[in-house]
Amino acid sequence: MIKSFKNNIKGILIEGLTLSSALLIIAIIVVMIAVIVIGGKDQISWEFLTSFPEDGMTKGGIFPAIYGTALLVIIMSVAAVPFGTITAIYLTEYANENAIIAKVIRFAVRTLAVIPSIIYGLFGLGFFIKFVGVQMDNTFMGGQLKWGQPNILWASLTMALLTLPVVIVSVEEALKTVPKDLRAASLALGATKWQTIWKVVLPGSISGIMTGTILAVSRGAGEVAPILFTGVAYYVATLPASFSDQFMVLGYHIYVMTTQSANVDQTLPIQFGTTLVLLALTFILNISAIVLRYRIRQKKSN
Amino acid sequence: MTKKTKKGKKSTENSSGLIDITQRKFRWSDYLAEKIIKGVAYLSITIVVLIFIFVFRESFPIFKTGKAPAKTEASAEVQETYGEVTDQSNAPEVQETYGEVTDQSADSNVQETYGEVTDKSSQSADSDKSYTVSAGSGFDDNRSALKSLLTKDWVPVSENPRYGIIALIIGTFKITVISILFAAPIAILAALYTASFASRRMKEIIKPTIELLAGFPSVVIGFFALMVLASFLQSMFHYDTRLNSFVGGIAMGIAAIPIIFTITEDALTAVPKTFNEASLALGASKWQTAFFVILPAATPGIFAAVLLGIGRVFGETMIALMATGNAALMGLNPFESVRTLAATIGAEMAEVVFGDTHYNVLFLIGSLLFIFTFILNAIAEFYVKGKLMKRIQGK
Repeated sequence: MIKSFKNNIKGILIEGLTLSSALLIIAIIVVMIAVIVIGGKDQISWEFLTSFPEDGMTKGGIFPAIYGTALLVIIMSVAAVPFGTITAIYLTEYANENAIIAKVIRFAVRTLAVIPSIIYGLFGLGFFIKFVGVQMDNTFMGGQLKWGQPNILWASLTMALLTLPVVIVSVEEALKTVPKDLRAASLALGATKWQTIWKVVLPGSISGIMTGTILAVSRGAGEVAPILFTGVAYYVATLPASFSDQFMVLGYHIYVMTTQSANVDQTLPIQFGTTLVLLALTFILNISAIVLRYRIRQKKSN
Repeated sequence: MTKKTKKGKKSTENSSGLIDITQRKFRWSDYLAEKIIKGVAYLSITIVVLIFIFVFRESFPIFKTGKAPAKTEASAEVQETYGEVTDQSNAPEVQETYGEVTDQSADSNVQETYGEVTDKSSQSADSDKSYTVSAGSGFDDNRSALKSLLTKDWVPVSENPRYGIIALIIGTFKITVISILFAAPIAILAALYTASFASRRMKEIIKPTIELLAGFPSVVIGFFALMVLASFLQSMFHYDTRLNSFVGGIAMGIAAIPIIFTITEDALTAVPKTFNEASLALGASKWQTAFFVILPAATPGIFAAVLLGIGRVFGETMIALMATGNAALMGLNPFESVRTLAATIGAEMAEVVFGDTHYNVLFLIGSLLFIFTFILNAIAEFYVKGKLMKRIQGK
């Protein structure tokens, strides 16, 4: 009797301990959001979002950073989503689960997912800029420096590599939810494998591709390390007009304002405002991805 | 499928009357689609290999030139620069400027070794000569750089540059330990709660919320650490330096929590229901089952989760740049500033001259980071998974 009572107490304590850990995490998240929202909400105005920085970045808005972030994720998605989707199609539709090559590809995808983002930055610098870019300059520009320096194209492609695994994993999950019967029915009606994939499997997993894209965009919008030396700039007076221009990004703007600027206190509202914009952006994207994924999972369990 | 198609075709060619069920017209579109898809799928392997090659390639010159015969007469003071960079370099030492033509009039020792270097970079990078390669003295530079790698001084920009990465490595490990000590227990306990105790309702709140944390940009976490967490922790523990490895460690722990949580939760829910039922049937209570049955059964998975968390912290750049103070100190005191490997790359890469020793050393640090996370991932992938399967399936 006493023993079971002791056990009960122990059980309650342990359950309480695990519960409080979970609550602690949630508390951290809530505090973070609250601090940033409270600090930044007064700064947010139409003008802040649509005007250029002024007076050596101490006044004005963050429009170029928003524009640059949008451009970055668009170019990135154009590169990452098709390749990610095709890889996912290969892994689910063509590859034999136990074939060595499929295993190697899976391992490569997971490796890509865990490589630190700064390494992507180094790779972007070493490969895209110093190898491809310089090669392009020598071939097309007659040695004139145009592509062999940081720009938005190289930054976006670097970011695309980073977000490739995100797309692959999401699309794969969605492809697996398309019932085998549908595939079998399509094949039985005389459709070829490719026709089946194109007309049956892919339309059934559009939401998965969407989820992957959204998650990739959210990741790409927030990452700074890979673009530190592949194209982002502290301040550019004009919006990027071509692939070979440098650009501003929200995340880098925050970093620069908080650590590199001479008068950190003066720009505090702008820093909070920019952080709030970035957080809101990734937040909205992530929530929509979570909702979409939740729906996919429900479909799967049905 | 193509195999089948081919087989079908063959059988119609060979045998006259019989109809193979698998017979299907050979279609170019299908064949092409499969080939293209296959080709693209190999891309991810290619990328990993390329990252491997290119990150290492840029760090390689340190070792390469270290072996090359250094000319004795080229004193450490003489710097030979050539190409466009000369205009910018304002080193006080004697400078010899080489035009592009000099390159071909090779006769001396210096020129030979020089050529080697140029070859290497021109076959890979460019024939553009806009980088500084300090011939002669450069080898001494590289040699001393190589020697100084294992010292504790990280003074890359000075008259006598030293590239001691020991302090950086210690700083990185210090931060990693702090953040894992903070993140792992919390994340694992929280995962245990959601997997074993939580009601369905609770689960549906906790899991997406923590997933949201995974989507927080690291700059935002870094900003939070810099602005709020640092002051808060300072007022709590009363230490001197506001930004230190403790603050950085906690902030990176916040970034690592969702990874550890998600993988641990997956591992816990992957434990077969029979384990749970058997334990309960034997009279164990819910918490005993959770702690003594489910948790041990999932240890390999939890181990993998912690490994991946370590990988995340190890390579984290933005939080390290913003919240650790960035001073390369050796001490083990958690309330001192530190500088991590990743932060060093992030802070200094933008300012170095391409092809410089400093540049190569930064890439060397990148290679270290790459190897480390690669190994962590490989362990998590192969060793742990095998063990988990064995344990759960009882093979």
